[in-house]
Amino acid sequence: MERIPILRMGEFLLVTIQVDMHDRLVTALQEDLTSQIAASSAHGVLIDISSLDMVDSFIGRMIGTIAGMSRVLDAETVVVGMRPAVAITLVELGLSLPGVRTALDVEKGMVLLRAATRRRLGEAGDGRDEK
Amino acid sequence: MVVMKNDTMEIRASDHVVLVRQAVRKWAIDLGFSLVDQTKMITAASELARNALDYGGGGTVRLEALENGHRRGLRLTFEDQGPGIPDIDKALTDGYTTGKGLGMGLSGSKRLVNEFEIASRVGEGTRVTITRWK
Amino acid sequence: MSNNGKGLPEVLANHEADLLADWIKEQAAGAPRRAGTIRETELRDQSKEFLSLLKAAVKDGSLDDIKGAQWSGVRGMLTDLSRSRGVQGFSPSETASFVFSLKKPLFDRLRREFSKDADALAELTWTATQLLDNLGLYTTEVYQKSREEVIARQQQEMLELSTPVVKLWEGILALPMIGTLDSARTQVVMESLLQRIVETGSSIAIIDITGVPTVDTLTAQHLLKTVTAARLMGAECIISGIRPQIAQTIVHLGVDLGDITTKASLADAFAIALERTGRAVRRVRAGS
Repeated sequence: MERIPILRMGEFLLVTIQVDMHDRLVTALQEDLTSQIAASSAHGVLIDISSLDMVDSFIGRMIGTIAGMSRVLDAETVVVGMRPAVAITLVELGLSLPGVRTALDVEKGMVLLRAATRRRLGEAGDGRDEK
Repeated sequence: MVVMKNDTMEIRASDHVVLVRQAVRKWAIDLGFSLVDQTKMITAASELARNALDYGGGGTVRLEALENGHRRGLRLTFEDQGPGIPDIDKALTDGYTTGKGLGMGLSGSKRLVNEFEIASRVGEGTRVTITRWK
Repeated sequence: MSNNGKGLPEVLANHEADLLADWIKEQAAGAPRRAGTIRETELRDQSKEFLSLLKAAVKDGSLDDIKGAQWSGVRGMLTDLSRSRGVQGFSPSETASFVFSLKKPLFDRLRREFSKDADALAELTWTATQLLDNLGLYTTEVYQKSREEVIARQQQEMLELSTPVVKLWEGILALPMIGTLDSARTQVVMESLLQRIVETGSSIAIIDITGVPTVDTLTAQHLLKTVTAARLMGAECIISGIRPQIAQTIVHLGVDLGDITTKASLADAFAIALERTGRAVRRVRAGS
């Protein structure tokens, strides 16, 4: 069965949603992500939706679930690449993505994640140097 | 008002929801809908198709290309023989914070279209009709 | 109106050919300037078609209500005629005279058929004139509507040209809005702003409404929706140029700007934008 590939980008993981997601694929993705976050101690997850021409409540829930799971594993989630027509429709649909930050592209998303990670690690008094 | 073209599709599996979205996109493009209007219609169709599948036990969608004077429109009718909705008003006002349940799909879809009709009987099924005009 | 329009169907049916010939002569005589613009065959075909449709509609339909179903054939034909005449450059009156010019030949014919019955003649003439008046006015309405469509299309094109999105700096866009914001215009403008945000990868957009005299509820809502949509995409909006009157309106309307940053001037907004994108402006030497 096809699975969505998860890429490692330094201390973060990148998931690119390109195909139409159906239930089995979503479940597989969520499982794969949780195991990979744990395995790599990733500090953040980037979800690239620039290929999606629409986001409905099903996809919205998936994103929310991924964000929730990641947070439990001490990683932040950033959604990148939302298209204007999709954003306009989401606003009309009344769907917000609570607990999920957004950025225009992967690069900006990583800047956001690094800043968030620094803050979190700083708060934890971890003593680790910033990157 | 004239129905220029019509077609019916099955919604019995997750893959069918995808096919419905693709069909709605094609019909919307053919009718000359703007990109934003296409997206709204496809999103509403996706919501309602999923509802039919997840809560209605599967169903059908009827696509109709309409012409009213010089206005053109797309009408979709989702029908299932599922358990039906006991309290339609409540279903239409459910908040989005729950993130699940009928509320989000129905009330949200209503906002994405120009005309919205719903009929449902407990134990018999549900029919939702949405129309978007160019 | 009494249905003494009976008499009319028979006249139209029995004398169709003569009426057609007389009517065509009447049209040609009435508009010598335009005589060359419509080919005689076209005029003949149009007149023939109209008479035939009129004959059928008068037989089946009510003479009072030309919006009824039996008149749809006539209306359709007149709609097409009105559109094509409009495109050919005819004025609405010239187009309507297509119908009105039928009066004289028709009344002449009625007078001949009902010369012995003055009352019937009077009634029929009245019925016929009302009917043709309504049909003539209908062509004017159609003409109006198609002009409106042309204007609407041109407005749309102007909209798209008239509100440019400006790049103030790397990653900072400005959208200076000028004039009244109606619903349609605001939507188009907002969509193009979001599109530019993606194209330029700008994380801040300043929407300046200094040049906007008033804001109504719908416009305020559109502004809010745009800002929310931009946020969903990962960009922030700053609204600048809110004049005191507009500030009052916004409060009165109960619009909640939430945590959207607002600044009195575009300059202030730009300063904030620079700060947020990690930049500062430094004086390098004494200015002039």
